Amino acid sequence: MNMDHTTVTSGVTQTDKRRRRTTELMIAAAGILLSLLLIVVGRTYGDYFYVASYVVLQFVLLATAWNVLGGYSGYVNFGSAGFFAVGCYTTILLGKLFDAPLAVCVPAAGIVAGLIGLGTGYLSLRLRGVFFSIATLALAVMLQTLIVNWSYVGGARGVYVLRPDTSGPFDSYVQLLAIVMCLMATAAVIVAVVVERSWIGFGLAALRDDETAAEAAGVPSLRLKLIATTLSGFLMGVAGAPFPYYITYVDPASAFSLAIAINTIAMPLIGGTATWWGPVVGALLLGITQQVLTVTISSAANLLIVGVLLVIFVAVAPNGIVGLVRKFRESRR
Amino acid sequence: MSEFILSAKGITKRFGGFTALKGVDFEMAPGERVGLIGPNGSGKSTFVNCLAGALTPDEGSIVFRGDDITTLPSWKRARAGIARSFQIPRPFKGLTVRQNIEVPLLFIPRENAPKADEVDRILASIGLLEKADASPKSLSQVELRKLELGRALAAHPRLLIADEAMAGLSDGEVVEIVELLNRLNESGIAIIMIEHIMKAVLAFSERVIVIVAGEKIADGEPHEVMKHPEVERAYLGQ
Repeated sequence: MNMDHTTVTSGVTQTDKRRRRTTELMIAAAGILLSLLLIVVGRTYGDYFYVASYVVLQFVLLATAWNVLGGYSGYVNFGSAGFFAVGCYTTILLGKLFDAPLAVCVPAAGIVAGLIGLGTGYLSLRLRGVFFSIATLALAVMLQTLIVNWSYVGGARGVYVLRPDTSGPFDSYVQLLAIVMCLMATAAVIVAVVVERSWIGFGLAALRDDETAAEAAGVPSLRLKLIATTLSGFLMGVAGAPFPYYITYVDPASAFSLAIAINTIAMPLIGGTATWWGPVVGALLLGITQQVLTVTISSAANLLIVGVLLVIFVAVAPNGIVGLVRKFRESRR
Repeated sequence: MSEFILSAKGITKRFGGFTALKGVDFEMAPGERVGLIGPNGSGKSTFVNCLAGALTPDEGSIVFRGDDITTLPSWKRARAGIARSFQIPRPFKGLTVRQNIEVPLLFIPRENAPKADEVDRILASIGLLEKADASPKSLSQVELRKLELGRALAAHPRLLIADEAMAGLSDGEVVEIVELLNRLNESGIAIIMIEHIMKAVLAFSERVIVIVAGEKIADGEPHEVMKHPEVERAYLGQ
């Protein structure tokens, strides 16, 4: 757009730009530190530590990706498992066709899922509210049907994926995957900060509150929503790209898993959708709790605890943990 | 270039089998103050929604500042210079009062970049500077109406459509809003006032048009229009 985004608004003043830059640097530093910490602590606790960390960080990435559309614009995507699976099957396809390495598969998966996000957005964003959500759910079902009937990528019976040999400074391939996921989740959170604190986030916040009034104020709502669906799809695709190497056997049930669809929505809702750190807190809280429950009780308890927490938060704290923190701060003023 | 800032010809809008507007013609000079009246359900809001882009007419054309805008979406019309306020105030509740004003400043391109104190000046002009950092949820009805007009003003319009900007206000508050509209008009903004409060319409308008059952039945100087037999019969019920 041909306009100066730096002169007037509190969303994009020079001070805010400096604040955004500081936040981005802090997140990047935290991501690198966390990666180093994973290596150090993992050497003590073994590969299971990396397996668990990978899952938690994958949810940080997915929850952040979902929030770019669902949180900032208010358009609820029920089809996140579909975008995740697109990333996953892009890796399988590229692996079978070209023996492509993960470094190629990750951006390729993002691009494919991003393009699907753009197409879905273009076709369905004229729908509002629950109708848009149903359209995204339908997309996931369509994609799953396509994969089930596509035998080249394993079809309904699934496909085995061999992990490449571990090389370089890594002790195991799971360790490499956990570090890759940590860096990707960090990058996704930085993208969310950039979106939230730019003219895109400002416009999305306006149209989330009232789309008609936002358009009357010059906000190009369809264009902003397409940016959000594309970015959100891209990040979800990226999240799915390493999954085949993590799980080593992929079938439609695991790639289009209900657990992924539910967690991806529940984590931002529990953390809070208004800011970038809500989904991060929600994903860390729920992800770590689920991993602890898996080891101490049973993996079957995972979705149960998500359901219970979601009901509690919707009833008691509809704005999530972010809302609770803000309320607490205001009450102390 | 036409002498009119806005020229709408043969505007027709149907909702299913119901024709809400039947070939309405309307022209407006730059800086003009026009009152738009008519009974409830007569098609006033449909007409201004067609002008502002919330609805696309089924027939007819709309030319604004020499450009055909008939099929443009509302955000492009806002950028072309048409701003509006809503019958029921529609603030961005998740943003502060200041940020509400900032939205059009950010998204509507200008020849000259807005000045750094522009938000404060707009807030001061609508009397909401002290509430700049408050949530719109804490505003009274008249303050919400002012916020609507402030947001429209921030769009730097050439034409402002004020859709029942005084509905539900006390007499004193009506005077405040009329004064505010007069100040905006003095800065060169043409204004269409859709209103049921006849005192305000007569005090503000240079010209009044009357829409009844989707048709324009009168257009002229306010006191002359009020004496028009069809207007008396259809609108005033006499």
